Amino acid sequence: MKTVTLNARHLLCPLPVIRLQQQVAELAAESRIEIICTDPGALQDIPAWCRIHGHRLLAVHEEEGELTLWVEVGNSGTPA
Amino acid sequence: MSHQRRAVALISGGLDSMLAAKVVKEQGVQVEGINFFTGFCVEGHTHAIRRKGRERPKRNSALWSAEQVGIKLHIIDIVEEYKPILLNPQHGYGQHLNPCLDCKIFMISKALEWMEANRFDFIITGEVIGQRPMSQRKNVLPVVARQSGAEDRLLRPLCARNLPPTLPEREGWVNREQLLAFSGRSRKPQMALAQHYGFSDYAQPAGGCCFLTDRRYAEKLTDLWASRGERDYQMDDIMLLKVGRHLRPRPHFKLIIAREEGEGNFLAGYRRSYPHLTTTSHPGPLALIDGSLQQGDAELAARILARYSQGREAERVTVELVDHQREKRQLEVVPMTANEIAPEWQI
Ligand code: SF4
Repeated sequence: MKTVTLNARHLLCPLPVIRLQQQVAELAAESRIEIICTDPGALQDIPAWCRIHGHRLLAVHEEEGELTLWVEVGNSGTPA
Repeated sequence: MSHQRRAVALISGGLDSMLAAKVVKEQGVQVEGINFFTGFCVEGHTHAIRRKGRERPKRNSALWSAEQVGIKLHIIDIVEEYKPILLNPQHGYGQHLNPCLDCKIFMISKALEWMEANRFDFIITGEVIGQRPMSQRKNVLPVVARQSGAEDRLLRPLCARNLPPTLPEREGWVNREQLLAFSGRSRKPQMALAQHYGFSDYAQPAGGCCFLTDRRYAEKLTDLWASRGERDYQMDDIMLLKVGRHLRPRPHFKLIIAREEGEGNFLAGYRRSYPHLTTTSHPGPLALIDGSLQQGDAELAARILARYSQGREAERVTVELVDHQREKRQLEVVPMTANEIAPEWQI
């Protein structure tokens, strides 16, 4: 399945989560999103948001101040 | 079998909203949280930016408290819609630029919209009579319920027994007897209830949930409006007010100077949209220029920046200026002395 990439560089918490939430609302279950952030808070917040909404955090990669998180959309019927 | 009722809880990240959601969830109601992002939320921004204190995990307290309660949380961006609330509050401001009463009414009206769009039954807030001077006085709570349009679909579980029964209580969706009767400024009942539920690590509610209650922040915002001759703001403006040292040596421009590496990295993200200065002969911070430079201002700005660089004692410091057209210019300047930085420049 295609992976959608979200650029959340220079956005501060909770904006990366808001962007992810908006994107997830438009995708079917099992779609994948790659989100790139620079706010270190994303390392806590995106996994927490995924846990409470039933989405899967597949992987996290950190390099030169940039965080990339891969998320697989779950089946939670989450409104935006 | 009666169908399970659904409530949307306003989650600020503080203890009260967390307890209110939990109290109702414990009664078998399906609760989901909603949190509004105005752009002014305290939410870890400066902590996330500044390197100092990085050993503490930077987490969004609304998300974290929702997870503790075991509910979903929807974070809603209301930055644009919030502008008229801040710029023209019908009920005025609190101690600084915080329009708390209008803000509450607005957020509850937005929660009502969400409730109706998602077919929920009622709204929960963590308000407690008399807890906050402006927005939680007993005579103010009915105003919030009425002007938000929520009327008696607004339940305040922490002080419900001190208030007339609301629709969820009258209809038996929740048991009024199991709601609470907190009032006043004491935090002890909340802390006891937190202990009862096993919540130990929660955000301490301070003066308010946003930067608008902060005197220094409010002064910077007032300065921004005064310098532009209009009361308006963009997202970048309000983010930048949270970061760096702000100095206005002339009415038509100010400098935003990073105070440490984390702020420098953050401000670097704005280099494409703002003219900026860096010292090239000596290590030093990045400074963004907000406004326009007139005759002689470039040198003035460079001398100020040199003062905050490691070349402050040097005879001359080289400063690179990148202007609005992204053209570069080198300036050789004498750093200002501490006395030359006028106290009134500091915003
Ligand atoms: S402190 Fe800020 S967010 Fe909280 S009610 Fe007041 S204006 Fe609104």
